[in-house]
Amino acid sequence: MTMPALATYALRLGDDALVLSHRLGEWVTNAPQLEEDVALANIGLDLLGQARTLLSYAGDVEAAGRTEDDLAYLRDEREFLNVHLVERPNEDFAVSMARQLLFSTYQLALYERLQDSADPTLAGMAAKAVKEVDYHRDHATQWVLRLGDGTDESHRRMQAGLERLWPYVDEVFGTDDLEQSLVADGIAVDASTLRAGWDGYVDGVLAEATLTRPEGTRTPPGGGRRGIHTEPMGFLLAEMQHLHRAHPGASW
Amino acid sequence: MTEDSTDDSTAMQAGFDALIAGDERVEPRDWMPEGYRKTLIRQIAQHAHSEIIGMQPEGNWITRAPSLRRKAILMAKVQDEAGHGLYLYSAAETLGIDRSELLDLLHAGRQKYSSIFNYPTLTWADMGAIGWLVDGAAIVNQVPICRCSYGPYARAMVRICKEESFHQRQGFEILWTLSHGSPAQRAMAQDAVNRYWWPSLMMFGPPDTGDGASPSGHTAQSMAWGIKRFSNDELRQRFVDMTVPQAEALGLSLPDPEIRWNEERGSYDFGEIDFTELFEVVKGNGPCNAERMAHKVKAHEDGAWVREAAAAYAAKRESAVA
Ligand SMILES: [Fe+2]
Ligand SMILES: [Fe+2]
Repeated sequence: MTMPALATYALRLGDDALVLSHRLGEWVTNAPQLEEDVALANIGLDLLGQARTLLSYAGDVEAAGRTEDDLAYLRDEREFLNVHLVERPNEDFAVSMARQLLFSTYQLALYERLQDSADPTLAGMAAKAVKEVDYHRDHATQWVLRLGDGTDESHRRMQAGLERLWPYVDEVFGTDDLEQSLVADGIAVDASTLRAGWDGYVDGVLAEATLTRPEGTRTPPGGGRRGIHTEPMGFLLAEMQHLHRAHPGASW
Repeated sequence: MTEDSTDDSTAMQAGFDALIAGDERVEPRDWMPEGYRKTLIRQIAQHAHSEIIGMQPEGNWITRAPSLRRKAILMAKVQDEAGHGLYLYSAAETLGIDRSELLDLLHAGRQKYSSIFNYPTLTWADMGAIGWLVDGAAIVNQVPICRCSYGPYARAMVRICKEESFHQRQGFEILWTLSHGSPAQRAMAQDAVNRYWWPSLMMFGPPDTGDGASPSGHTAQSMAWGIKRFSNDELRQRFVDMTVPQAEALGLSLPDPEIRWNEERGSYDFGEIDFTELFEVVKGNGPCNAERMAHKVKAHEDGAWVREAAAAYAAKRESAVA
């Protein structure tokens, strides 16, 4: 059974939010200061809220009776459609802040455009989330500035964090026939058209932070949008799904 | 010391005594006896440390929460606890001590946190038991502090108590769902309550009298200062009276065969608490003392370069403006 394109599109965006939210949840109690435990939990909660809307909607559009929890907990890794960037491990605070800057800059641009989607559910989700993600981007920006232009150690770590995640950027702006078919109907945003604005913003932050824009890209074979992931994804799902799966059919 | 300043200090003491006698709030700008200040710092710090160490046993389940709704509720709860820590450290700072100093004392083992957080969270049902029993006990302990004589502490408690009652309801609801679920879920719920019941009763501290009672002078002084309003045993009884009917509503039993209604007292009788366990946990011999501290210290040390960077960056901005 193939899913309707709209359901797949909602899942792609929903999985991005769900998986990044999970990674932020891993930070809670481990942050460098209490304010960051609060902030990272807050951002994770925003993303989780977006994920729940998007996964529920994917289930509705699919019309096969799957709920948000069925989709989050009962799909296997090959059925998850998030980009690799969001599943990459937290590592240190610099890597995590690089991930936040790179992803939230994209997600903000996406949601800003998606507010005008011909699909009212996607438009409504985006309109609500755009305010949240504006804060996420600002939070990440402030940290990249502090770390880039802080101490020698923080500069080194921030540059290393960017280098670490830069290879995962190109995938975020990939587009395909499925997306294009929805773009033609005015429902989806062509991700490739967001790249120039993203470059402008990120380059500005890196320059102010005295950081160097990394070189090099990596186009993953298959890629997250088609359910081919990086190795850490399996561990993330094992942890996230094991309890739910250990009690088939239970309510929580 | 000149006679004038003696008169001053007598006048200041009289002013403080009048505030306490009138059940008014003492504010940071007011003069206060050194013992009052020290007692408050110790208590508020212990309370703040409990909020943040208490994030660990629950944070332990964020990545494994069995539904997205529960995951959101749990993440929000742990975030609330971090917020409680922030309010309380701010309240302590009005007494002239920095959060960083208090954290150093915690990390060095020189200040304590509630022993309840040295018990492990082994199953999802522990999220229910902690919300229902631990947040429930915290509410009973904390509601009277909303009327504490020290203004900033009292005001922090008002905000905190509101959120704690949400947490308690959410914990109850987790257990309700489990106790009305599959046999395995029901067993999980009962097991969690069995493990958390006695440690929750110990959250009220040592008994008022008998072996292990805390020095009566301490309690009497805190009462006289309007920092403490009720004795440990009074609060513990209040908690038992509140909780026993809730356990019945949940359809779960409490692991104490001696619990029964006492018509004469208008309260529930309950069995004897093994306070040697509490004293062992306080001494550092609980199941998770070492892990909790190691986790906290590691997060703090791992974050040192981040805090240093933030300070360096702020200093650069400042000198650029100046
Ligand atoms: Fe709390
Ligand atoms: Fe709480």
